[in-house]
Amino acid sequence: MSTTDIAARFTAVAPACDFWSVRVVHKRTESLGVTRGITDPIGLADDTGVMVTVEAADGVGYAATSDTSSAGLARAGKDAHAWAKRTAGRLVAPPRTRGNAVRHDDAARPAMWGTLSRKAKVERLHALAAQAKCHDRIGDWGAGFSFSDEESVIATSAGDHICQRQGVVAPWLHASAGGGGETQTRTFGRGGAIRQGGLDVLDDMGFWDAGTRIGQEAMELLAAPNCPEGEMDLLLAPDQMYIQIHESIGHPLELDRILGDERNYAGTSFVTLDMFGRYQYGSDLLNVTFDPTVSCEAASYAFDDDGTPAEKQFLIKDGLLARPLGGATSQARANSPGVANARACHWNRPPIDRMANLNIEPGAASLADLIASVENGVLMETNVSWSIDDSRNKFQFGCERGQLIKNGKLAGVVKNPNYRGVSATFWRNLKGLGNASTVAVLGSPNCGKGEPNQMIRVGHASPPGLFGGVQVFGGG
Amino acid sequence: MEEQFNALADGIGAHLRGSEGFLASFAGESSAFVRYNHAAVRQAGTVEQRYLSLELFDGKRHAAKTITLTGQADDATRVTAAVTDLRDILKDQPEDPLFLINTAPQSTRRVLPNTLPAAEEMLDAVLTAGSRHDLVGITASGPIHRGFASSLGQRNWDTAHAYNIDLSFYLQADKAVKWGDGGSSWNAGAFTAKANAAKQRLAALARAPKTIALGGYRVYLAPAAMEEIMGMLCWGGFGLADHRTGITPLIRMVEGERLNAAVSVRENTKDGFAPGFQSKGFIKPDSVDLIVDGAYRDCMTSPRSAVEFGAAQNGAEDNMEMPVSLDMAAGSLAESDILKTLGTGVYVGNLWYLNYSDRNACRLTGMTRFATFWVENGEIVAPLNVMRFDDTLYRMLGTNLAALTKTRDARLSSDTYESRQTRSMLLPGAVVDDLRLTL
Repeated sequence: MSTTDIAARFTAVAPACDFWSVRVVHKRTESLGVTRGITDPIGLADDTGVMVTVEAADGVGYAATSDTSSAGLARAGKDAHAWAKRTAGRLVAPPRTRGNAVRHDDAARPAMWGTLSRKAKVERLHALAAQAKCHDRIGDWGAGFSFSDEESVIATSAGDHICQRQGVVAPWLHASAGGGGETQTRTFGRGGAIRQGGLDVLDDMGFWDAGTRIGQEAMELLAAPNCPEGEMDLLLAPDQMYIQIHESIGHPLELDRILGDERNYAGTSFVTLDMFGRYQYGSDLLNVTFDPTVSCEAASYAFDDDGTPAEKQFLIKDGLLARPLGGATSQARANSPGVANARACHWNRPPIDRMANLNIEPGAASLADLIASVENGVLMETNVSWSIDDSRNKFQFGCERGQLIKNGKLAGVVKNPNYRGVSATFWRNLKGLGNASTVAVLGSPNCGKGEPNQMIRVGHASPPGLFGGVQVFGGG
Repeated sequence: MEEQFNALADGIGAHLRGSEGFLASFAGESSAFVRYNHAAVRQAGTVEQRYLSLELFDGKRHAAKTITLTGQADDATRVTAAVTDLRDILKDQPEDPLFLINTAPQSTRRVLPNTLPAAEEMLDAVLTAGSRHDLVGITASGPIHRGFASSLGQRNWDTAHAYNIDLSFYLQADKAVKWGDGGSSWNAGAFTAKANAAKQRLAALARAPKTIALGGYRVYLAPAAMEEIMGMLCWGGFGLADHRTGITPLIRMVEGERLNAAVSVRENTKDGFAPGFQSKGFIKPDSVDLIVDGAYRDCMTSPRSAVEFGAAQNGAEDNMEMPVSLDMAAGSLAESDILKTLGTGVYVGNLWYLNYSDRNACRLTGMTRFATFWVENGEIVAPLNVMRFDDTLYRMLGTNLAALTKTRDARLSSDTYESRQTRSMLLPGAVVDDLRLTL
């Protein structure tokens, strides 16, 4: 039964109430991999369920179920209605007013995944992983990818019908070299490689060509000296920039955090509502956008899970804080503009404010220009460690690989590169950004937040960024 | 759900051909979630989900698929379709040298009694407790089901009617007391007592917060803070594959380095909350010693790792070789002596967002959070503004460990990613010298 049919089935048994919505999700997943020369068990999943939301007498309740029979859907409607009655007059904010009904359908978009047989995919993964195992000292190595094909339908008592489909590919590749009580690992983006599309995405990312490089760089790190300690320039590659953006711009700008919803779990924010339009978040080079229109990026969509149409918006313009990451419900609560970012990780969780695609607009410099401008610094690649306080201010990050920069030139690889700083001042020390040709489209499949917890994919596109006066250090 | 699962398992057996066999693992829950902010309801509802992971095998060839179930008659059709899909996949599958299943069937059944209150009662209790306070957080309650069946006739079932309360009282900005409760036996009086105790602790947060200079400090890490440290170690610290490939953060312990002799850690399935069987049907031993008297002992070992590295499996899941019922031995420090023993230093109620700054050195960084105080001469002086620590496990629980508490906290995981969890930890608090605060 299709998602549209299930939505229609609910419509036939929906409870009498002020407003109802049903979100039906059907997600098929395939994971293939190779670990230490042996084919991993195939991972297949076929997952369908519904989330019903009911508003009644100034209360709101939800009920999610994998029971998509008429009886199951009727029971979900009844349960959601009961919760709406229980919460009437006890909500943080009353149900919001909605706009005109919307109809949208992009379910016919094909996902290019079956052009290569499963057996052929696994054979290619074996060949790739074997390239990463380039030395006897590499004791752990592997390659794989997951592909998900997700179709969702949102229907409401107001006449909305929004059908969307997204294919998402997330590859992985790693090699760990060990010796002398130490292990160094190099990966293909360590989870930051995720995009919408099919097999073509893997070619575009350079995944099939990365095996030998990953193995050799793991060996190189094993022999490298520790990253030096001191205050210096820091040049971050896009596969570190994405997590810096995520943790110290994305999360603090989430409106539900600013409104306090996340204080018991994911945390609050050093950003307050009065700072929008006034606060200089970064140097005038910093332009940050919420952009759901980049076709290959992980969290592009036409409508969020509340049915709000999605469009590109500047969150930070020329360094000045412009608008928060808040969906329709949060916007109404805060009396603030926002974006279409009410998202749920799956059918079994309600929508909350999430990042979606959060990008740094490119600057003017080439990578060579950025390196040439550094007298004393480090270029860091590929995030391996991230930690930030619950207000999203004091942070510390570690990367897989560093390269010293001396007098404008790369001057050798260092291991265990780390840096720490404070969001409120770090972005003001941004003094260089790569041009459009240096931008990499990355993201994360694992942004965790919410109560109950939700793990969701986000996209981050960024050029390399150069920062001045950063506290850098190594391991030990 | 138990009867439906067993009926489905019987039906799968009827579809097998020749030398085929199957493993079936079930995960279901009927959960009520209520989320709060500012002592009002932010979101409330119910989640009912049923997942079946079906693995078809023929000799060493195998393939698995996870599907959602409705709980209705059409589940039989879904299962039949899954078997057909998997049979088709098996045609192209090579033999898997690491495939291992339990060939000594042992059926078990544990159904904990339901003493949970109605949704309205818990909602009323929380809103009453939050009255005139800034309360935020979540309650989760309802049955959690896990099942296993195989073509060898094994049947395992576990139902826990559980609740988890995870709340905070906020005073201002980031100053808050986090508190909670969890388990299978709800007691309204005990809930009110915990709420009142948390409110009393708020008073200390009203004092002007203090910022201290960077450097080394004597600290007390409450069990909630220890949970964050042990939680980090669980990810990759104790798995056999991680040890044999050298990527464990405890690599120096593998090579002989020791923690303080007071530190002993084990997987304690017998007294934990998690089911006593894993998803391949292996029955977990009552206990697995991981660290004994400061020295590394055994690893959590999954069936695949057991074959790959020539060891015996001990109930760990494939690709997730981690403790799920972790038990850290108690020390001798009485709870009433914690502040006196700390003397002058930092009382850390909670830690937050830990990660490795040098995995090989098991060097961890993270932040203080919630109720963390500056203490002088055994007296709480002021709440502390959040600080970052960056130090190695070998210093924190090795050379610089001064004491472990006699009383331990049973901490049931409040994680609800994808589903409600049954992980738990039994942990003491720790007094540690010279913890490095770096930001």
